[in-house]
Amino acid sequence: MLRIEHVSKTFFPGSVNEKRALNDLNLQMNPGDFITVIGGNGAGKSTMLNSIAGVFPIDAGKIIIDGEDISKKAEHQRAKYIGRVFQDPMLGTAAGMMIEENLALAARRGKTPTLAWAIKDSERDDFREMLRGLDLGLESRMTNRVGLLSGGQRQALTLLMATMNQPKLLLLDEHTAALDPKTAEKVLNLTLDIVQRHHLTTLMITHNMRDALRFGNRLVMMNAGRIVVDVEGEEKEKLTIPDLLALFEKASGSALDNDRILLG
Amino acid sequence: MFDLLLPTVSQGLLWSMLALGVFLTFRVLDIADLTVEGSFPLGAAVAAACLVKGGNPFTAIVLAAIAGGLAGVITGLLHTKLKIPALLAGILTMIALYSVNLRVMGKANLSLLRVDTVFTYLRNMGLDNNMSIFTVGIISTVLFVLAIYWFFGTEIGAAIRATGFNPQMIRAQGVDTNHTIIFGLLLSNALVAISGAFIGQSNGFADVGMGVGTIVIGLASVIIGEVLFGTRSFKNSLISVVLGSVVYRIVIAVVLQMGMPPNDLKLFTAVLVALALALPLFQNKINKRKVAE
Repeated sequence: MLRIEHVSKTFFPGSVNEKRALNDLNLQMNPGDFITVIGGNGAGKSTMLNSIAGVFPIDAGKIIIDGEDISKKAEHQRAKYIGRVFQDPMLGTAAGMMIEENLALAARRGKTPTLAWAIKDSERDDFREMLRGLDLGLESRMTNRVGLLSGGQRQALTLLMATMNQPKLLLLDEHTAALDPKTAEKVLNLTLDIVQRHHLTTLMITHNMRDALRFGNRLVMMNAGRIVVDVEGEEKEKLTIPDLLALFEKASGSALDNDRILLG
Repeated sequence: MFDLLLPTVSQGLLWSMLALGVFLTFRVLDIADLTVEGSFPLGAAVAAACLVKGGNPFTAIVLAAIAGGLAGVITGLLHTKLKIPALLAGILTMIALYSVNLRVMGKANLSLLRVDTVFTYLRNMGLDNNMSIFTVGIISTVLFVLAIYWFFGTEIGAAIRATGFNPQMIRAQGVDTNHTIIFGLLLSNALVAISGAFIGQSNGFADVGMGVGTIVIGLASVIIGEVLFGTRSFKNSLISVVLGSVVYRIVIAVVLQMGMPPNDLKLFTAVLVALALALPLFQNKINKRKVAE
């Protein structure tokens, strides 16, 4: 499904700010895998996701989706395979456009825009049904600008937009981190529901160890730009937070010193 | 006073194409594009050169639009491919166009006094001078507002609007934002050049210096329109911009009537725009004070 082979990325090479973000990273995802990704600050989690999405070019290695090498493709060319939800609720939607306009843009993900109408009447009914599924009352606000929505509503909408035409790969970059605990829980449950319904191959970064254990069939832990722990299936089911901390210490040679993760 | 109203409104309509062009970059693409200061006289110059050589007014305006569109594409390429900040890219094109405009006209000023323009055609059909300018203004404004409204209802138009609001989001939907930015600048500067072509013909000359301050006039029209007539929807915004352009001309006519020296006009406009741009800040301060009380 997704293969990441020997991928490296260094930011600001040759300067005092040089930062080796990915260091010979390897990962193989099988179809239907739901992987949760954890790791300390600067471990390379977001860099991995952004490399897959093509936000910046990688220095070395290959990224392959369904047998096709996409390493050299531009961000917009990869969009037809990939649905994304970002940490910042502002980033996933166009605030000044209506809910239905945002959905219509997402419905055309990966297609070259033409001079056809941006939104067809026949689509509106589908959109209304999808929004009803979110259970947030958005189905009656389709012509509201997205900027009027709360952070949680915007993340739910972004999630819907990222998954509405079933991407080969869904990338979730701490998509509930900016939400209050109650809303975060709601969006997480919605995520699980959508991923299971469409059997989406999913890569989800989280800073919350409990969520990392609760969700997905596989868990990877990153440190210093590579994957240091990779557990799946039954082995993952049995894991506890102390187990995870011990695994991390063993793999990285140091205790996990990130409060943000521990508190989760 | 009423004698002045029709010509003032007509001028506002001819200038509204400039205002619509500035709206497309400043509001839709979220770019302050200074190319305008070069593409406006470019439109006038191309149209004038075409008319002087015996071309018909329609061809002259189409050529002006093409030239303006090309100028926008150049700014777009400088900005997207060469990664030059948009403001600077616009300034570079604007400066380059100064030389281009001199070449197009062959000199700094090209008179259209003894040449048939779009307005003389209508005069020959029996309209007086004021009515001919008003007719051209109202027909072209309505046509362009309808065309823009249609275009921004299409997939390409929606992608351009989304680019202005959130480039990252629309890239994640598979749209090349370099293309949408370049295309937006093309449309904007084509409109600005068309406005220049009309104004040149209505003034009876094209001048290499006629672009000075046009960006500020465009901004003034956009902001006045938004404040007075609202931004509830895209359609509402377009109409506001056109009305803003007309109101701006009326304001100018009134202050000139009240005895302001014409030389101070650009200073007046700049102060007006600066105040209007600072308006949100003042409103915030007032709101905070209200909350504090």
